[in-house]
Amino acid sequence: MNDMTPTSAERAEKLQGMGCKRKRVEDIRFVQGKGNYVDDIKLPGMLYGDFTRSPHAHARVKKIDTTKAAAVPGVVAVITAETLKTVNLAWMPTLAGDVQMVLADGKVLFQNQEVAFVIAEDRYTAADAAELVEVEYEGLPCNVDPLKAMSANAPVIREDIKDKKEGAHGPRKHPNHVFNWQAGDKAKADEAFAKADVTIKEMIVYPRVHPCPLETCQCVASFDKIKGELTLWGTFQAPHVIRTVGSLISKIPEHKIHVIAPDIGGGFGNKVGAYPGYICAIVASIVTGRPVKWVEDRIENLSTTAFARDFYMETEIAATKDGKVTGLRCYTVADHGAFDACANATKWPAGLFSIISGSYDFPAAHVSVDGVYTNKAPGGVAYRCSFRVTEAAYAIERAMDIMAQKLKMDPAEFRMKNLIRREQFPYTSAFGWVYDSGDYQTALNKAMETVGYKQLREEQKKCREAFKRGETRELMGIGLAFFTEIVGAGPSRNCDILGIAMFDSAEIRIHPTGTGICRLGTKSQGQGHETTYAQIIATELGLPADNIAVEEGNTDTAPYGLGTYGSRSTPVSGAATAMACRKIKAKAQMIAAYMLEVHDDDLEWDVDRFRVKGNPERFKTMTELAWAAYHEVPPGMEPGLEAINYYDPPNFTFPFGAYICVMDVDVDTGSSKVRRFYALDDCGTRINPMIIEGQIHGGLTEAFGIAMGQEIHYDEDGNVTTASLMDYFLPTAVETPKWETDWTTTPSPHHPIGAKGVGESPNVGGVPCFSNAVNDAFAFLGSTNIAMPHDNWRTWTAADKLGLHK
Amino acid sequence: MAKSQVSMTVNDKKVEGLVEPRMLLIHFLREQLHLTGPHIGCDTSHCGACTVDLDGKSVKSCTMFAVQVNGADIRTIEGMAAADGTLHALQEGFREMHGLQCGFCTPGMIVRAYRLLQENKDPTEDEIRFGISGNLCRCTGYQNIVKAIQYAAAKISGVPFQEAAE
Repeated sequence: MNDMTPTSAERAEKLQGMGCKRKRVEDIRFVQGKGNYVDDIKLPGMLYGDFTRSPHAHARVKKIDTTKAAAVPGVVAVITAETLKTVNLAWMPTLAGDVQMVLADGKVLFQNQEVAFVIAEDRYTAADAAELVEVEYEGLPCNVDPLKAMSANAPVIREDIKDKKEGAHGPRKHPNHVFNWQAGDKAKADEAFAKADVTIKEMIVYPRVHPCPLETCQCVASFDKIKGELTLWGTFQAPHVIRTVGSLISKIPEHKIHVIAPDIGGGFGNKVGAYPGYICAIVASIVTGRPVKWVEDRIENLSTTAFARDFYMETEIAATKDGKVTGLRCYTVADHGAFDACANATKWPAGLFSIISGSYDFPAAHVSVDGVYTNKAPGGVAYRCSFRVTEAAYAIERAMDIMAQKLKMDPAEFRMKNLIRREQFPYTSAFGWVYDSGDYQTALNKAMETVGYKQLREEQKKCREAFKRGETRELMGIGLAFFTEIVGAGPSRNCDILGIAMFDSAEIRIHPTGTGICRLGTKSQGQGHETTYAQIIATELGLPADNIAVEEGNTDTAPYGLGTYGSRSTPVSGAATAMACRKIKAKAQMIAAYMLEVHDDDLEWDVDRFRVKGNPERFKTMTELAWAAYHEVPPGMEPGLEAINYYDPPNFTFPFGAYICVMDVDVDTGSSKVRRFYALDDCGTRINPMIIEGQIHGGLTEAFGIAMGQEIHYDEDGNVTTASLMDYFLPTAVETPKWETDWTTTPSPHHPIGAKGVGESPNVGGVPCFSNAVNDAFAFLGSTNIAMPHDNWRTWTAADKLGLHK
Repeated sequence: MAKSQVSMTVNDKKVEGLVEPRMLLIHFLREQLHLTGPHIGCDTSHCGACTVDLDGKSVKSCTMFAVQVNGADIRTIEGMAAADGTLHALQEGFREMHGLQCGFCTPGMIVRAYRLLQENKDPTEDEIRFGISGNLCRCTGYQNIVKAIQYAAAKISGVPFQEAAE
């Protein structure tokens, strides 16, 4: 070595590995309009499909006449449930173990339900003809209120299963009952409540919302009759699952189905499920022998594919009078709409809702969830969260504030007193989850110090006094949320989808020149996987990230995986990537030992090379070893340098964070302005801080939308009244607050690189933080729980009910 | 339906087409000219993913008919980079400042920002936020989009870009 030899640190920096703010690879095409999204795909002879949809929420379908539609020039075919019955596809299985109509079969169960599918030469003709399908309906009484769904006189939504006493998740106690699911120890929790000094009970509602990615759901199906093969391009967060489900439903052998998810314009859970549009496009392609494109419009997207939340959570906390929590109970009614098409791991009908004990050391806890059918769209996806985790985080974080209020304790002090302590990790919750790692007090202290929490409370006190004296009409709210997520599904002992264990995968091939390709079972929808997975490989293998191509979404080439949602890409496929790298590295070490004529154990790893211990000038770089792997491997060794890993994580990961929001609320207009929002996240090892920060910004903005304005609302006749961007609130740059981000790092002990996943944390923590800020503004007036969304009207109404306008 | 002949300039090239009078400009650009930059994100002119620059104005191409723009001069994201492939300062800024994630809103956002900077060379943060409020982004939370536009404004004016203190 001489002075010109780069140091280890210099070499490491050039790799652009983990911890580096590497610029994104995918941006080069996106900033030039050269992404390849589904609607960009054009095939020779391609047809377009469009739906005729139900104007009614609940009605019998007496007759469907497609004559006029079929007669429109350019229309190739019109498909109804009768057509689908000939191929046994009028109904399809859902991920939750229920069945769902593909096209209305005798009845419609929610407004905008798919009734007929028109296939035409162009999209305008398809839309024209869809209007001409004549459907005779006979209206039925409808119900859109989940709390009334199991009453004696509730209209029966699902006549197909009305006499079925046993559902996919156990006994059903009413024709509109989907399941009852419980976790925790009821007797122990009841005992805690019987003995408690103080208890609170509040109905906490998380309204129905929709993920609303900017690109809607869409697909192109192309069936090759000669080969008997189907190629399906689509907006799929989980392309392999779509292939398997597609094969099971269509009976086309799985190896003859090619599912390809190209660039995806945002997913947020909306693109996990299988929708009637996909089935109809496939059938249409089989029927016509031509490729068929189906593209949802925004109204169809908001009103039919994959709502989220709609949880009615009666939440109770028991505590001692000095503020130590002793028990938690939550009874929830979950509105699943007309079909249980919830996207959860199959055995978990309420997802991972039992993370509801949150970040606190509850000795006893019990939850019970009843799913019910209503005349609303099916779905129940995890909108930027792990399965039902955001509902749980909202309930516990709201309830903790309500209990603090009753105890006359500061919400931060009350939380601090009950947070799981660092020395308790790995911590087993009252629901049996084993939290992998955490340092909660450090995070909360850092957050409080950074924002000057004590001073803020002082200021708030003065503001409230001024308000009482009539000197101001503004109230100051300080919102706090300390959340713990459970992500990275998942251990196969806990989680499967339709029997497929929720592992994930990475396959890495290093080429002779030291570049390579990594293919994975996940699928980016904007998370920047092409950038970050390469960073993991760069650090693990000592090859520059720029020399690694990352490919996802093609089920013919990618190893099997369960896809991207529930913050599972980094915890599961990220782990698979590291493990595959380690297999490659082990082989490279043997090659290096052979070339350097030393024993394997005499070598040590140094950033990008194996060097002889005590003699660092004798080394072989990974690039040299890649070349050697293809021409001078040790005798008896297979040539080549590649590996595949299917990673079944030993546990979930448990990211956490402390968020603080300062808000000013005008009691006369109901408008509120976020003065400050500080988010501290701990996602374990940080792969790309730039991308993490971007994920936090985006998730907080979605949380802001949810807390402050989003709702998929139905009127009592079952009309969905918020199905376009006229009525469904998406924040613009003007409303969106400025975000301050911060972090602590507590690696996951069971993950190969210690990473926990981050994309969903800001949604999970953000929603209760905003809501707590609004509620905190009014808390000193005796108000305990103002329901979301906190738009101006609702906030004004809350102020009015408190007598503030007299 | 009877078709009409239209001609216009798109990204400095003369183009022609035969369209139904009801054909939306966005469909003409995407289906007939095979552009992939302008996207469709809503049906109500709210999202701005279809934004193009038309005769010196930012226009949502889902809200105009192709026949209305006969003779117009249109620029889309495909016409932003220099002929030699050098990215426009905005394209560079979006990448440098991590102003995009899924990339679906990006072409419309950049084309809108292009016109904003033509109208106001040195916009304040509030002016940028107002200026792009017709374009929705679901991924980034806008903060880095604002930075990306500031980066481009500085670059175009030839002054060094300094990130505002958080």
